[in-house]
Amino acid sequence: MIDPMTYVEIYRIILPSEERSPNLPIETKRVPYEMRLRGKLLKAASVGDWVEIETATRRIERGILVSVHPFFSHHFGHYVPIMTSIRDVIIKETEDLL
Amino acid sequence: MSYQDVMNRKQEIMRRALKMDYDQFEFPGIGFDYEKMMSSSGFTLEDVIKIQRENNVGGTPLIELKRLSAYARKFAQPGYGARIFLKDEAQNLSGSFKARRAAMSIYQAKTLGFPGVIAATSGNYGAAVAALAARAGLKCIIVQECYDSNGVGQPEIIEKARACQAYGAEVVQLSVGPELFYQFLLLLEETGYFNASLYSPYGVMGIETLGYEVAQDVMKQEGKYPEAVVCTNAGGGNLTGTARGLMKAGAINTKIIAASVDLTGLHMASDKDFNLKSFTTGHTGFGIPFSTFPDRSDVPRSAARPLRYMDMYGLVNQGSVFFITEALAILEGMERGPAGNTSLALAFSLAQTMKNTDIIVVQETEYTGAGKHMNAQVSFASDRGIELKLGNPLQEKPGLNLIFPSSGAMLKHKEIPMETLKMSYLKHYQHQLLFDPDYHYLADELKTTVENVKTWMEAINETKK
Repeated sequence: MIDPMTYVEIYRIILPSEERSPNLPIETKRVPYEMRLRGKLLKAASVGDWVEIETATRRIERGILVSVHPFFSHHFGHYVPIMTSIRDVIIKETEDLL
Repeated sequence: MSYQDVMNRKQEIMRRALKMDYDQFEFPGIGFDYEKMMSSSGFTLEDVIKIQRENNVGGTPLIELKRLSAYARKFAQPGYGARIFLKDEAQNLSGSFKARRAAMSIYQAKTLGFPGVIAATSGNYGAAVAALAARAGLKCIIVQECYDSNGVGQPEIIEKARACQAYGAEVVQLSVGPELFYQFLLLLEETGYFNASLYSPYGVMGIETLGYEVAQDVMKQEGKYPEAVVCTNAGGGNLTGTARGLMKAGAINTKIIAASVDLTGLHMASDKDFNLKSFTTGHTGFGIPFSTFPDRSDVPRSAARPLRYMDMYGLVNQGSVFFITEALAILEGMERGPAGNTSLALAFSLAQTMKNTDIIVVQETEYTGAGKHMNAQVSFASDRGIELKLGNPLQEKPGLNLIFPSSGAMLKHKEIPMETLKMSYLKHYQHQLLFDPDYHYLADELKTTVENVKTWMEAINETKK
């Protein structure tokens, strides 16, 4: 069980596929409209449970508990050889500049 | 609550969330009094400058890019190759010019006594609203389109969520789709917060100081106004506000150039296309629809009306913007975010058609970091199967490949004829009976004459038959 007031992320379907806006491309229309949100867990629960959280603005939101202690792991990307090629082009073409 | 129920209450929710009665600006017929709306807040340009300075916003440096200009000049005819200047907007609070817009929205929200603000944005504006709300002691919710249906987030938008959270905001992350507006309306209704719209008069007047500073900085340094100013164009507020500020400073002959990344072929509401693009803003997917139909925004009448001011609309491809982002770092020692360099890529190409004594100003930069760094974007594209190659960037197929210029000489822009854009705008009124005041309104909207509007409308109705 995860203790109350633990920082978690929830997931909720806002609109199931059939209730989505008309005039969507087919690949969008066939999937549900979803939300992810972080906050503090109000009552002890397990991953996968339907829970309530308190958000940063102190709203109460509901959804499925999907992760505990969520964090950011975005980065600068892996090495891409073409980025070196671009750099080489620019350096070569500007060598004679003052 | 059903999608349609909420959408039907749109006008009522909006009115409460802006405390502004848009009906007072309406003309009989199709038009409205744009200037009356823009001046309705009562803020003078001096007031705006004061509010921004108190928040560490504005007064950013204008830098001549001597080496980048010389590089462009190598590919120009003798006597050509304008001097390129750059307004380093990344130095604003929160790292972009969007702080100028947020400062005014937040000031207004605070003055009107709202307990918090909400903004629907996946871009720099979110961080700007969050930062300024923090300074004002207001609560803040940012609503983002962030993930595809596989739960894969766009790196640039994830970084923006991180920044918003760093400033204490709540970030509601949504999957791909226009229903973002539905969720946004529900949140406005639930919280009673202020709608910090990019398209309110506050959201646009905040940019006027940017155009004003550009005019004054160039005049002070060079004794004249710039020949051209390039603005990255998405929702249209950046170009609109900059142009208005330039005019307020007296730079009435400066050409106003729009620049967007060409994402032709990618559908903005497509769950599949969402993560195939390397730019989440400043692209044609926003720039063209918002220019040709400004009132599609989240307010009844948008204050961002770029065709009122635009002299030219140029497109550059994704590979060219990454190339110029690298060049800015290598040649000028300025590592900045790629999306903010869209206008710089266009300026590099356009400068070659201008005299070497002319001045072309690129009016923004944005911060860079994890997720919103060009290497993060190119590596993300590569992981999604996008082909990466050197060659002629004008042959790039968005969603299939990224083509980087094989030489600075290959970095060229495309132009969308202004007449095409204006006709596209007018098509929204093809089924309507128009009277003289309507034609005058349309002429103002399109920076043209009543005669031209009538000729174009006739051509549109002719095609229809």
